[in-house]
Amino acid sequence: MYKYDNYDQQMVDTRVEEFRDQAKRRLEGKITEDQFKPLRLMNGLYLQLHAYMLRVAIPYGTLNGAQMHALADIADKYDRGYGHFTTRQNIQYNWIKLEEAGDLLADLAKVEMHAIQTSGNCIRNISSDHFAGAAADELVDPRPYAELLRQWSSFHPEFMYLPRKFKIAVIAAETDRAAMRLHDIGIQIVKNDAGEIGASFYVGGGMGRTPMIAPQVREFVPLNQLVTYSEACLRVYNRHGRRDNKYKARIKILVHEMGAEEYTRQVEEEFAHMLDQGVEPPLAEIERLRPYFADPAFVDGPKTCDRSDPDFALWVDRNTNRHKHDSYVSAVISLKPVGGIPGDATAEQMHLMAELASKYSFDELRVMHTQNIVLPHVAISDLHALWTALEAAGLGSPNLDTIEDIIACPGLDYCSLANARSIPLAQKISERFAASGKTGELGQLKLKISGCINACGHHHAGHIGILGVDKKGTENYQLSLGGSEAEDVALAKITGRGFDEAGVINAVETVTDIYLGARNEGERFLDTYRRIGMTPFKEALYD
Amino acid sequence: MKILTGNDLKSGAVVWWDGAGWSLQVNDAVDVGEDADTIAASEEAARRVNVPYAIEATRDSQGVRPAHIKDRVRALGPTVRPDLTLKPTEPEALDWIV
Repeated sequence: MYKYDNYDQQMVDTRVEEFRDQAKRRLEGKITEDQFKPLRLMNGLYLQLHAYMLRVAIPYGTLNGAQMHALADIADKYDRGYGHFTTRQNIQYNWIKLEEAGDLLADLAKVEMHAIQTSGNCIRNISSDHFAGAAADELVDPRPYAELLRQWSSFHPEFMYLPRKFKIAVIAAETDRAAMRLHDIGIQIVKNDAGEIGASFYVGGGMGRTPMIAPQVREFVPLNQLVTYSEACLRVYNRHGRRDNKYKARIKILVHEMGAEEYTRQVEEEFAHMLDQGVEPPLAEIERLRPYFADPAFVDGPKTCDRSDPDFALWVDRNTNRHKHDSYVSAVISLKPVGGIPGDATAEQMHLMAELASKYSFDELRVMHTQNIVLPHVAISDLHALWTALEAAGLGSPNLDTIEDIIACPGLDYCSLANARSIPLAQKISERFAASGKTGELGQLKLKISGCINACGHHHAGHIGILGVDKKGTENYQLSLGGSEAEDVALAKITGRGFDEAGVINAVETVTDIYLGARNEGERFLDTYRRIGMTPFKEALYD
Repeated sequence: MKILTGNDLKSGAVVWWDGAGWSLQVNDAVDVGEDADTIAASEEAARRVNVPYAIEATRDSQGVRPAHIKDRVRALGPTVRPDLTLKPTEPEALDWIV
């Protein structure tokens, strides 16, 4: 993985001292909260329901054991012994003290981490495929390109005050594991008919109150123009994006209102203008980055393992992904125990995951946007030992992509923007389905819960989505069906009037029963929904 | 009644105006009537509290209860972590929120 050079380290260290001074001046009353707020947000420090919350960037979700150990130490030293892995492959701490924030950031910097640009109207942490560099189905490893864009977008003076926040995802497989087309810019590394590697650009996607699927604006951008084209996309947005209304300020609104064709025309015009201006880093730069993401020293070994333990076999079937080296798999550590809080991990669990990464995965971990952790390179011969250790720590839930693998935002339990609680719903739904024994029978079923219209829980992209709303001071939940964040991307549609908490849990079960009764052989929930439509579900829910 | 709340500047902890200072216990909150803006301005200027604001609440035999669920969650703590609430030994206290 990428290692800071002296310049990177100096930049981050300088920023830590700058923020330490800003916080000190705030505590001394030399600057007001209005003056301080944009400064702390630029460093990932929010004021949430119960305390300050710090969001730490994990570039494209990749981290090493030392970094995971440091995240655990921070949970113990500055928080209350746990952290929350997010849908942008980051981690958040919920109980940070302002007077300690500078020390915390200094500790992060020691392991080449920071919280810069994890908030504010700038380019946020770049996300990617959590199986990057390991998946059997990828064209190339997308992370060198994500890293190039990370370096380009960090402290980019032109894009620090965009009309609104800006999120970029980079993938390099036909299977989309990063919700690529639901980003402001989605980039897919592709090969053209001539066999050249380049980038397909999708611009103007997003969730939130106005969900949009990004249209393709360019089928193929040569890799030696990747940064320039990205900059052209940003520049047109920065010029025309609305700054008068934050609800209409995202690039998706601009692309929608301007029209994808006109937006693309302006991007191409800007791009042509920029091509000879030396914006693009030399190709040598990407070649400099590539070795950081070189394959570890894989060794040939067994291609299969003893599956006589049915619990182990189930975990292997559900929680591992095919690796490009046939003696390895990528193993998913579920942070979704039945009745647990999706994405939360204790300091002890983080330390254990770091140790297991060191022992079994070349010291590498990934954070998934589905709030789980990946050990990307696990020898098949080590799988049973890994699973045994995970089981003992409550991290062995065999539920990847099942109805128990629920994405849930922090919701009203933590978030000042939320209208309703998300986590208790996730806990009760996972308990209901685990108790009924239907989880396996239901197969792949992605359930996503957001506590407000900002959609951090990705409810628009859920096969089943739940949105919490405030109905005259009480929590109410809208159910939606048919969304997908994957390569078959779609936005979910609302079933009808909302439910209270107990009602929406029953409604989820009703919907799954309709699916089980109507499905054809081999159909996922989403396939059946697409074949039979909304009507049978609505009839069962409301008639 | 109208009560005043905010977050402690240093720790970020949720606090309630008790008539003389800031308390972690919502039950200590007093009715600030029409004085909310004045108290908020002077306390914020004194750097004792961050972004204070007034909310509606009621007082009954069980104490002070904010009108809105969001403020009740703020008052007690996250419902999904009873161990981290102000009443960790009273799991039934969470019923007070909903």
